[in-house]
Amino acid sequence: MWAFINKLRSPKWFYAISARLQPWFWAAALLLIGTGTIWGLAFAPADYQQGNSFRIIYVHVPAAFLAQSIFVSMAITGLVFMVWKIKICDMAAAMMAPLGAAMTFIALFSGAVWGVPTWGTWWMWDARLTSMLILLFLYLGVIALRGAFTSRDSASRAASVLAMVGVINIPIIKYSVDWWYTLHQPATFTITGRAAMPMEMWAPLLIMVLGFYSFFIALTLTRVRSEILRRESNKHWVRELAGETR
Amino acid sequence: MSATDGSLSGGDMSVGHVEPQGGLTVAFCATLKRDLVLMLRRRSEVMNPLVFFAIVITLFPIGISPDPQLLAAIAPGLLWVAALLAALLSLDSLFRADYDDGSLEQLLLTPQPLALLTLAKVAVHWLLTGLPLALMAPLLGIMLALPAGSYLVLALSLALGTASLSLIGAIGAALTVGLSRGGVLLSLLVLPLYIPVLIFGAGAVQAAILGDGIMAHLAILGALLSLALCLAPWAIAASLRISING
Repeated sequence: MWAFINKLRSPKWFYAISARLQPWFWAAALLLIGTGTIWGLAFAPADYQQGNSFRIIYVHVPAAFLAQSIFVSMAITGLVFMVWKIKICDMAAAMMAPLGAAMTFIALFSGAVWGVPTWGTWWMWDARLTSMLILLFLYLGVIALRGAFTSRDSASRAASVLAMVGVINIPIIKYSVDWWYTLHQPATFTITGRAAMPMEMWAPLLIMVLGFYSFFIALTLTRVRSEILRRESNKHWVRELAGETR
Repeated sequence: MSATDGSLSGGDMSVGHVEPQGGLTVAFCATLKRDLVLMLRRRSEVMNPLVFFAIVITLFPIGISPDPQLLAAIAPGLLWVAALLAALLSLDSLFRADYDDGSLEQLLLTPQPLALLTLAKVAVHWLLTGLPLALMAPLLGIMLALPAGSYLVLALSLALGTASLSLIGAIGAALTVGLSRGGVLLSLLVLPLYIPVLIFGAGAVQAAILGDGIMAHLAILGALLSLALCLAPWAIAASLRISING
């Protein structure tokens, strides 16, 4: 464990190891998302109540999973960065934030599109929708805070602190919004087909979720690699690398 | 003789000056007293959030409808949101003056734990913002035709809730104090974190109007406050160190 953490200190080592890992995750992402999309859109049976509109689930649910996971990973990498001063972790947190915000937006947007055929409206002050909207604001706050500093080190540490504060607050926000929702309006609409989902619908969903996670890891690796080159551009090994490829 | 006496007593005085008696309690009280005196000398800064609160509450009947029944229905939420925004407005100046004149750096250099000293500053902020807002809210409640029987709960929930708001907001203020234009960013960072307090604060007033039990809401507000009291000072201290060193 310690040896691994110490190795993470070296961007050069990470650059080398991620070069080997990267293709596997990209391949897995392509394969899983491809399979899941085709299976989910073309072969999975239509929902007996919602018809074909339920197929939005194959984008909506993986995006929502990722939106929450990315914030947690941002807080964890932020903590590791604050404790052990590992630059790779900060780069990863910085690169993850826009993807997390994008996933939150996709989850919200697909939810809104799904809301039209099922609820008859684009937006409902539903507990889940509301907490996702707040999550989007939290993402935007972290991104804006990082962008506001001129010194990169301060920006990194400030964004890490905010991500940790946010991750402590996410469960509190989630539960209070659930409480608020039950206070204000009874659950007139429930998303059918989620509780008892047949295998033929569930399997492509699982594949899509795994595919989205592979995509997230692959994209983060690629983006961290280019961020390493950018931040370490005055280091000897990067110049050597650039010289070789030139 | 007299010369040695003088030098001795001078030495004693200087020793007594360099190492003041008393520990954390003295430092805490000194910070509390200093901030209180400073804030009370800038009366307009103390008054501004209160005037803002009154003006915003005046806008709603003009913008929506002067109908007492309609106003009564939305009064708890309006009062809470307006008080929350008024408290937010005063946050930017929480550390600003100390940051500009360098006394914040002196606070960081004291041997006492910074987290507890920042708690004194937050306490002053609450005493001069949150508490007056809570005391003023029933008056504005009358203007919004807030149903009788909920006035005490309104003041109590605001007094409890604004303490949490001051603590959470101070994290944002500490993160943005080093930025020249941190005002809008501050609200972007802090407002999503305010949502649980808003839900239970406005919920308490609603419950009082409906005749439901208010203790659950107040207890959760108290729980949020104790959680913020335990965790926020550390985040504030860490954020101040980032802002000063960056």
